[in-house]
Amino acid sequence: MEHEITLVVNGTARRARVPARRLLSDCLRHDLGLTGTHVGCEHGVCGCCTVLLDGRPVRSCLTFAVTVDGAEITTVEGLADRDGRMSAVQRAFAECHGLQCGFCTPGFLCTVTALLKENPAPTDDEVVEGIAGNLCRCTGYQNIVKAVHRAAELLAEEA
Amino acid sequence: MTTKLFGAPVQRREDPRLLTGQGRYLDDLGRDALAAAFVRSPHAHARVRDIDVSGALDVEGLVAIYTWEDLPERVGRALPLLIPHPALTHGRTAYPLARDVVRHVGEPVVMVVAADRYAAEDACALIEVDYEPLKPVVGIEEAVQGAQLVHEDVPGNVGAHLVQEVAAADGRGAREAIETSPHTLAFRLDIERSASMPLEGRGVYARWDGRDLRVYSSTQTSTSVRMAVAAALGLPLPQVEVIAPDVGGGFGVKIVHPWPEEVLVPWAAMTLGREVKWTEDRREHFVSSAHERGQVQYVRVGFDDDGRVLGLDVTILHDHGAYTPYGIIVPIVTSTQLLGPYKPGAYRVEFTAVYTNTVQVTPYRGAGRPQGVFCMERTMDKIARYLGKDRTEVRAANFIRPDEFPYDQGMTFQDGRPLIYDSGNYPEMLRMIKELIGWDTFERRPGLGIGIGCYVEGTGVGPYEGGHVQITSDGRVHVSTGLTSQGQGHETAFAQIAATELGVPIERVSVVTGDTRRFGYAVGTFASRAAVVSGNAIALACRKVREKALRIAADALEADPGDLDIADGIVHVVGAPSAAVPLSTVAVLANPLRYAFDEETAKATQFATAAAPDRPPVAEGEEPGLEGRDYYSPIRSTFAAGMHAAIVETDPDTAEIKVLRYAVVHDCGRLINPMIVEGQIHGGVAQGIGGALYERMVYDQHGQLVNASFMDFLMPYATEIPRVETGHLETPSPLNPLGIKGAGEAGVIPVSAVIASAVEDAEGIEINRMPISPSELFELRMG
Repeated sequence: MEHEITLVVNGTARRARVPARRLLSDCLRHDLGLTGTHVGCEHGVCGCCTVLLDGRPVRSCLTFAVTVDGAEITTVEGLADRDGRMSAVQRAFAECHGLQCGFCTPGFLCTVTALLKENPAPTDDEVVEGIAGNLCRCTGYQNIVKAVHRAAELLAEEA
Repeated sequence: MTTKLFGAPVQRREDPRLLTGQGRYLDDLGRDALAAAFVRSPHAHARVRDIDVSGALDVEGLVAIYTWEDLPERVGRALPLLIPHPALTHGRTAYPLARDVVRHVGEPVVMVVAADRYAAEDACALIEVDYEPLKPVVGIEEAVQGAQLVHEDVPGNVGAHLVQEVAAADGRGAREAIETSPHTLAFRLDIERSASMPLEGRGVYARWDGRDLRVYSSTQTSTSVRMAVAAALGLPLPQVEVIAPDVGGGFGVKIVHPWPEEVLVPWAAMTLGREVKWTEDRREHFVSSAHERGQVQYVRVGFDDDGRVLGLDVTILHDHGAYTPYGIIVPIVTSTQLLGPYKPGAYRVEFTAVYTNTVQVTPYRGAGRPQGVFCMERTMDKIARYLGKDRTEVRAANFIRPDEFPYDQGMTFQDGRPLIYDSGNYPEMLRMIKELIGWDTFERRPGLGIGIGCYVEGTGVGPYEGGHVQITSDGRVHVSTGLTSQGQGHETAFAQIAATELGVPIERVSVVTGDTRRFGYAVGTFASRAAVVSGNAIALACRKVREKALRIAADALEADPGDLDIADGIVHVVGAPSAAVPLSTVAVLANPLRYAFDEETAKATQFATAAAPDRPPVAEGEEPGLEGRDYYSPIRSTFAAGMHAAIVETDPDTAEIKVLRYAVVHDCGRLINPMIVEGQIHGGVAQGIGGALYERMVYDQHGQLVNASFMDFLMPYATEIPRVETGHLETPSPLNPLGIKGAGEAGVIPVSAVIASAVEDAEGIEINRMPISPSELFELRMG
């Protein structure tokens, strides 16, 4: 049996018919064609699939799409400004070489976007703690940490 | 003046798309394709008695179910043994789908194709396979005993056995040299399995249009996948194209090909006349791709009072899992790269590679080097401890001196060529790393230790790579090379090379990698070879194009080509900047036209040019277009090197090991982009720390991989990785035009050796086994 759901994704209401077992990650990727959200483990450990659900980071691979009917979801595709300019977090990752293969990056970007909203000037420890739910196999995290601090700076400058 | 982009920390050209969700990874393609899923063996060793698919036939959305018996003869053949070697006397590879016997948990037995992955997995769950379990062989020692066999026709489970020996200057062998040495030591070392574990698993997507086959694969070698797929499916090569889209990490595992799925998915697409896609899930990646590292080493060493090694005798037992598709490259690399920056008096190395009922072993970043370096560096530390000398002093006593390059180690390397180091400066590197970590001022106390590790890495192996460069009439530069990218920033580094060579703004340069439609000849991305081999090929191709551009511009400007230079995409007479012609116009002039499609191309049509009417529009020996192709085929490998040092703290109660500082001095020859090189080092070190402290493949006695998830296989998060301090030394390679070596694997290679050295220093307990967990350290303390 399929369910009719409406998700407000990146500010646009999107409708989908999904079976109850449809993962939010699969719904975003395959039903709505938003392939920027990646799936690295499908058991909630790697954090690649992190999206913002009503502003808070969640694992979309551990979320059934039907359970978030009516919710607001932000994916990596929705982080840039309306005019297409990359967000401060995105720009900081580019500037600090905070990504290599880019597969884990959308999850980090969503996590960090929420982190800096809650704590606009995190300490080094708070940054490390804040991204400690996301795996990256390429960067060794050093430049990701640097990028988070840089993003905080950019956000402060542009506030 | 041309802006020199070579050597600058240019921001990556691939980032904007990857940061905005516009990357194109394998599973992002083929939204309407059918989905494949596999029934995989739950047994480590079993005979397949019967497969009953009847229960799955009613699954809604089911399209097809295939077992080995359903495959045509050519498709069902055993997969190729990619790198044969005379010492690999009993090489064995798997069938795309199990034929009679399964030899590790995860081996594919049945392929299901359905409307979507959910339906395909539903069908898989309803297929009943009747197995007759056989006794599995798990672990190196059980394999060596040979009581049970992984392959009935491989006696003693021995796939390969190789002895290499380099005699001392006086002609004596290592064993003899050790016997007569003033001091000798003998010990055993153990290294456990880990794996590449890219965050994107493998994946294949295939389209068949009735004549041509297009395959997308998350691979490190699209050209070779193409040849393998064409051969397996009996298709002429020109009718097959293979594309590596954005690839979410490789680290070695994706150099193996063709995977069963790379044969089966295209075959299913052709058979069904539908697009078919398979995306690996994480458990599949753990149990059906490849692992690496697992070795046992027995070491005997003889040395003098200064710690100089007079003879070294290493016997390696290497676990290559159930199959050997990649040959014995890993133990060969261990055997040869073990020597590092040192010159032992005499060296003997022997390895026996054995089969076990576990996932196959193929290169993972470092590819056998971390094990070899662990062996040599443990040896150096043990000599220092025995003699009561500083560990760096013993290393210095054994270094190859800067004036001894090129230095011939007297062995055969993994490329089949002599192991001759091209350049390096190890004493200077040691000075730098000691200064960076503060070796001489370090204050030792219980629970705080300092460690060091040195390595040499043969990089940039052949046989070759190529580059194609085309300047179009809009002034844009299109560069392509056949090897693939998995996050190394090739689009940026290669654009830097092209922009520098051609004198054009980097914004006008675009780079395509891993697409056989654009470049058909290549080897692949492994062994830190992309920058060296493709980088130089692209530089050479650019030089051809530059020469042609100057020739054509010289005609147009009525100048001598020798008086011309290119800057900012404009060819001009040196010293007379107004006598100039942009490359866009040169590109137009390079291609005589009959038809115009805009103002620029109109200049090249037959009534617009002042071409000499008595000569052909395209001169003899010339080709139309401002483009060029060239190849770089290295005579042998380049040899990068590095030294790492760390300070660790061990908890007196919990035995937890914390890395307080980590320092790296690295020499990869000339740097193309220092930002990217640093990033490669950071990532390598993080993988090394994972391998030293956290990651291991835990097989139980039944051959079940009991930690096959990210919940149980402990890859480090940001909380586990220290800040890496780096220093660069540049000894350019004399072997290639750009003087570069390679950097991709460097970071990971000595980390286990460094951490063992530091923990040993902190604890005063000999560390002979890696990785080391808190509970293992605790047990060592208890004696």
